[in-house]
Amino acid sequence: MTQGRLGRLSGLMLTTALIATGAAAQDVTLTIESWRNDDLSIWQDQIIPAFEAANPGIKVAFTPSAPAEYNAALNSKLDAGTAGDLITCRPFDASLALYDGGKLADLSDLAAMANFSDVAKSAWQTDDGAHTFCVPMASVIHGFIYNKTAFAELGIEVPATEADFFAALDKIKADGTYIPMAMGTNDQWEAATMGYNNIGPNYWKGEDGRRALIAGTQKLTDEAWVAPYRQLAKWKDYLGDGFEAQTYPDSQNLFTLGRAAVYPAGSWEISGFNAQADFEMGAFPPPVANAGDECYISDHTDIAIGLNAASPNAEAARTFLEWVGSAEFATLYANALPGFFSLNSAPVEMADPLAQEFVSWRGKCHSTIRSTYQILSRGTPNLENETWNASANVIRGSETPEEAGARLQAGLASWYEPQK
Amino acid sequence: MATRSRLHVAVFLAPAVLVYTAVMIWPLFNTLRLALYAAGDEGRVFAGLANFATLFGDPRWSGAFWNALGNNFWFFFIHMIVQNPIGIALAAILSHPRLRFAALYRSAIFIPTILSFVIVGFAWKLILSPIWGIAPGILDAVGLKALFAPWLGREDYALTTLALISVWQFVGIPMMLIYAALLSIPEEILEAGEIDGITGWSAFWRIKLPLILPSIGIISILTFVGNFNAFDLIYAAQGALAGPDFSTDILGTFLYRTFFGFQLQLGDPHMGSAIATAMFAIILTGVCIYLFAIQTRMRRYQF
Repeated sequence: MTQGRLGRLSGLMLTTALIATGAAAQDVTLTIESWRNDDLSIWQDQIIPAFEAANPGIKVAFTPSAPAEYNAALNSKLDAGTAGDLITCRPFDASLALYDGGKLADLSDLAAMANFSDVAKSAWQTDDGAHTFCVPMASVIHGFIYNKTAFAELGIEVPATEADFFAALDKIKADGTYIPMAMGTNDQWEAATMGYNNIGPNYWKGEDGRRALIAGTQKLTDEAWVAPYRQLAKWKDYLGDGFEAQTYPDSQNLFTLGRAAVYPAGSWEISGFNAQADFEMGAFPPPVANAGDECYISDHTDIAIGLNAASPNAEAARTFLEWVGSAEFATLYANALPGFFSLNSAPVEMADPLAQEFVSWRGKCHSTIRSTYQILSRGTPNLENETWNASANVIRGSETPEEAGARLQAGLASWYEPQK
Repeated sequence: MATRSRLHVAVFLAPAVLVYTAVMIWPLFNTLRLALYAAGDEGRVFAGLANFATLFGDPRWSGAFWNALGNNFWFFFIHMIVQNPIGIALAAILSHPRLRFAALYRSAIFIPTILSFVIVGFAWKLILSPIWGIAPGILDAVGLKALFAPWLGREDYALTTLALISVWQFVGIPMMLIYAALLSIPEEILEAGEIDGITGWSAFWRIKLPLILPSIGIISILTFVGNFNAFDLIYAAQGALAGPDFSTDILGTFLYRTFFGFQLQLGDPHMGSAIATAMFAIILTGVCIYLFAIQTRMRRYQF
């Protein structure tokens, strides 16, 4: 009796298992690991349905975790063999370490890779550029967002050159209604990311300078790398009272409340600012030295997606990755998240006017990434962290631009072979 | 019989000893051990005292270390000259028999002590904010606007400001301990003093203060250990980079940055452990000096 029941039970279980396998043979489910839990609804409602409609037989599940614990959680899942098929890639060393450890598959042969420029791929390549292991998804662009109402009231034109820029700031300061520029040095990273790495590419000629620094043919004491600090030192007079203790949220609020006229920005601010500010906003790229000079912008690669080397569904995953590299995905993603710009070479139509303005600079300026992110922040002292400190010091006036350059160069040379 | 009673002792001690060993003693010694290793090509390799040689020999590391230690001493100094005298004064006032609402004042002064560091750091950051804070407004109202500065953002003031915030938060502890000590002084002694003509201030200086000195000693050593282990307030108010320009960097934040890494900087548990070991040595030395050089010489009075 007991045996009979057991037999029937196991028979039942076997049938269930068979049905399950049958279903699996028809439908492959791909799981995506990501830190963008803010984007969950965008993936579920817009991106995944679009892919599934075009690719019957492949189902996709987006399973994000909290940003702060993503790297650690992903590493332990990969080690335990329980990670999803598709891995959202952090830029540079975090993902490079995964590739070197055999956790991420080489995607250099993906056809969609042809849709991306070398700069776009640089964050997810081996140091020699021979192997690419993630499909670039989006970047953030630096520039200045300004209050159009304020500019109109004071009769200020959008500045194109540095002289125009400072003339405009002087005019706003003389009028006194608005704080000329909303930035503080309390959090330090604002000064480095929205300051130094925002205006710097015009001086060090974008990729040329960045690569020369990595190769060791330029030094941080060279004019091209010290000059941005000289401009930052001049910003001091245009920041609000007590900017030394002003934090990043303070700066955002000063601008969106209409108390400051110019905001040194990253494009990720767009959706937040659209929701907060009740005046019209415009944007301009970092001004160049002389009218007609070539311009360079920081178009920083931020997010990509790669293939778990141990994934049993590699074929389906590659189909998905080819789609991520397509113009269709680029349009979907860029419109769902204004300010996170597609890295695809194909032009993307975006509805948001501020986002359009930012991305239009790609057509007239040369793109580069933040100078400190690739290779140069691998050692101790860490060049990125030192740049935060130096930029904040220079703006506060407690270190001269030359001293800052010399200190950073000495720190970099202490561990980075090509700079010794 | 004797063996059975000894078994008792072991059984009753066991839970506390086991828990304390698991969560305190073992991690402590493991940290000391970790400081002797370094990351090699294939996992962890024994490095002897190399981490300490780097920490004290490399000008960058030693510069950061001495800066943090110096800041720590300044942080401690401010506590000693501000927190403890104010604590003693408050306790003396509270123990005055004719003071009304003593219980209310006592609770009001003690409440900040039970607040979280994060709340204290955030609240004071808002109070002192040059943009939204009430500090500039209050100073303006009394005509002293010129005295206002963005204190937390200036290298010269930031650490002192944070130390004073910490004093505000913790002044309740010396106050309570001294208050208890003052209440335990028998009336007869004070009356005997009065008969000899010692009253008011001189009674405080010549009778009460000598009697509460052991409590002041305990408070000083608690302050010392607390300050050299401090981290939370600086981290909550200024972040892990302890700005401006590392002027508020203390050993705790230096350890955090090194051990866990920060932004693009990857964590280095071995150097971090070396710093933790140095902190342990500093605190141990301070406590030993107190125990053997000061406490043994302190005179105690039996009532």
